[in-house]
Amino acid sequence: MKSKKLTQNPLFLPLVCVLLVLAVNAVYDLSQGKAFYEFFITVINDQGLLTGRLVTILNRGSEVAILAIGMTLVVSASAGTDISVGSVMSLCASFCCMLVAGFGVSSVDDVAIPRLLLGLLGALVMGCICGAFNGTLVAYLNIQPMVATLILWSAARAIGLLLCNNLIVYVRTDAYGVFGGYIGFLPTPILIAAVCIAVVSLVLKKTAMGMYIQSVGINKKASRIAGLNSKRIIFMCYLLCGLCAGIAGIVASSRITSADSNNIGLNMELDAILAVALGGNSLGGGKFNLAGSIIGAYTIQAITTTMYNLGVSSAVAPVFKAVVVIVIVVIQAPPVKNWVRKHTAARPAAGKEAAHA
Amino acid sequence: MKKIFSLALAAAMSLSLVACGGGGNTSTPAASNPAASNPAASNPAVSTPSTGDGTLKVGFAQVGHESDWRTASTKSAQDVFSAANGYELSFVDCDNDSAKQLEAVRSFIQQGMDYIIIDPIVATGWDTVLTECDEAGIPVIIIDRTVDDSDKYVAWVGSDFKVEGLACGEWLKAYAADKGIGEINALVIEGSVGASATIGRTDGFKEIAEREGWTILDSQSGDFTEAGGQEVMESFCQSYKGQFNVVICQNDNEAAGAMTAMDQAGITYGVGGDVILVSFDANKPYVQMVCDGKINANFECNPMAAPTVSEIIQALEKGETPEKEVYVSEHWFAAEDNVTSITVNGEAQEVIHATQEVVDGRPY
Repeated sequence: MKSKKLTQNPLFLPLVCVLLVLAVNAVYDLSQGKAFYEFFITVINDQGLLTGRLVTILNRGSEVAILAIGMTLVVSASAGTDISVGSVMSLCASFCCMLVAGFGVSSVDDVAIPRLLLGLLGALVMGCICGAFNGTLVAYLNIQPMVATLILWSAARAIGLLLCNNLIVYVRTDAYGVFGGYIGFLPTPILIAAVCIAVVSLVLKKTAMGMYIQSVGINKKASRIAGLNSKRIIFMCYLLCGLCAGIAGIVASSRITSADSNNIGLNMELDAILAVALGGNSLGGGKFNLAGSIIGAYTIQAITTTMYNLGVSSAVAPVFKAVVVIVIVVIQAPPVKNWVRKHTAARPAAGKEAAHA
Repeated sequence: MKKIFSLALAAAMSLSLVACGGGGNTSTPAASNPAASNPAASNPAVSTPSTGDGTLKVGFAQVGHESDWRTASTKSAQDVFSAANGYELSFVDCDNDSAKQLEAVRSFIQQGMDYIIIDPIVATGWDTVLTECDEAGIPVIIIDRTVDDSDKYVAWVGSDFKVEGLACGEWLKAYAADKGIGEINALVIEGSVGASATIGRTDGFKEIAEREGWTILDSQSGDFTEAGGQEVMESFCQSYKGQFNVVICQNDNEAAGAMTAMDQAGITYGVGGDVILVSFDANKPYVQMVCDGKINANFECNPMAAPTVSEIIQALEKGETPEKEVYVSEHWFAAEDNVTSITVNGEAQEVIHATQEVVDGRPY
């Protein structure tokens, strides 16, 4: 009965989906006369840096993974989404570069370390402020999450532009580039994402916070009567979501050692929400699975990287992405799950085979 | 009580947002422009209108500020349409939002502008609003990008992107012949899908590539951004390592991203490198890179449409009819002096050897 347990694990389907996406590459490489493991080759190149398609997925998927952490908690606690994260990323990146370069300066080549630290700290604080703003509106003023976060969705990017004096601010130094580059042989974004995931999972595991959030998400009033401060818990979730956006903003801006406020985090809120959904979480709030969302985030990046590997032209790539997303969502839809469960119950032997395949 | 409080808070917030938006998007040319006298010096075409008929009110709906090129275009307009030149400029940065741009043009009509300049974010959906301009008797001048579904504008000023792509191909042919490079295997990092600059540059380069029998290994969009160029190049390095010797980036920002990706993959580029790196736009920091030998060649896309627009406005003021399509002049820069001229469309054009003097003389 071990196989049945495996299929009922909430992480089973998200994992199957990401493996399916990766398998497409193996099949494609085989058909191109290359070895099937071509896609999975991970090597340290002549520059002493870890490279390979899998590394690319983990590296480029970092921002969405970091955003997905905060988004999962927000979805769980408030049954709504924070659609401002992409714009907040841009605002935090702009604020960081503005603090480092000085207002109105469009390019700096050399930066003192204390000034850099001030910029990074500023970005994180700015993320928290944005999160607190959203949290106040949702938790204490009972405004619908989408409406409340719509404000910063449109305003944050514009405030970022204002801070940068309508310019792209360049901070062309290695000290700043390291957050989007490499530490030793390892891409830094992977490390940053791993640390964020580890810290949040630890807090959720070691404290009752995770249970509180789910409880508030399932029934806010009952939780309050049971003695939980529902409002503060929702507020904290939004605050954390803002902080995650700040961290993701620093990574995105550090990759290009500049604050491109028009493009940083553009449409990334949608990827973050999709990551939560692909991870098998209900957008209606309540129970959540953080690991699922993280897998969802890397699934999205795996699809993008697959498009590049397959050489799909940029013009039609969105169509292929949409098809893949539809397939993944349908596989995880409750009626389909139920149907599969019914059939596996009727024919346990067949079910076993499917689970092994 | 709580309701009233939340209402008041919401009101205060929306007010402050309006204030932010206003401050961010509208800027008067009177604001300090350190280089205000520069373009006037380098572009003798900027003529001062006759002082008798007062200032001309000009509204400019700009795309956004997604790249350095855009910033240069904005600055050119702010410098040319200055109070000193007899203009009053209303500038709106549309943040790449076409609905916002339509809104901006309508507000220009309401404000009773004398002329409206539009750099259309999208090529279609313009007929209604341009008809409104026409009915209000305000001449519209389109710059840079094109309008496909309406002809209710007096003139279009911009670059011939296909000629840029052709020039790139012709230069590469002459350069490869001089260096004795027999086989060309190119990777192309395109701009945004569907943008006229992307289409023109791709078509131009492809035409030469087909004629000369070159191989274009792959062609992907980098969305005209540094992050996009970096991600696409990173993928190219993994797919085609050791197979390519030319990288064409369709703007400078993508070239910057491609350079980072190639550095990380251990691929050398530029003068004396494994890969010939070509870029478009030729903003000053990137002409500097051509001078330093990091980029082999850079093909200008002149953002200084404003002086030409000013000429057209002056012609209209005198009652003349300007030409419908006006191309701005553009230059080609190369890191080495082995190719000094190329023939594009049967016309001999100069390739400028980018020395420090050339870089220092660039206005943007």
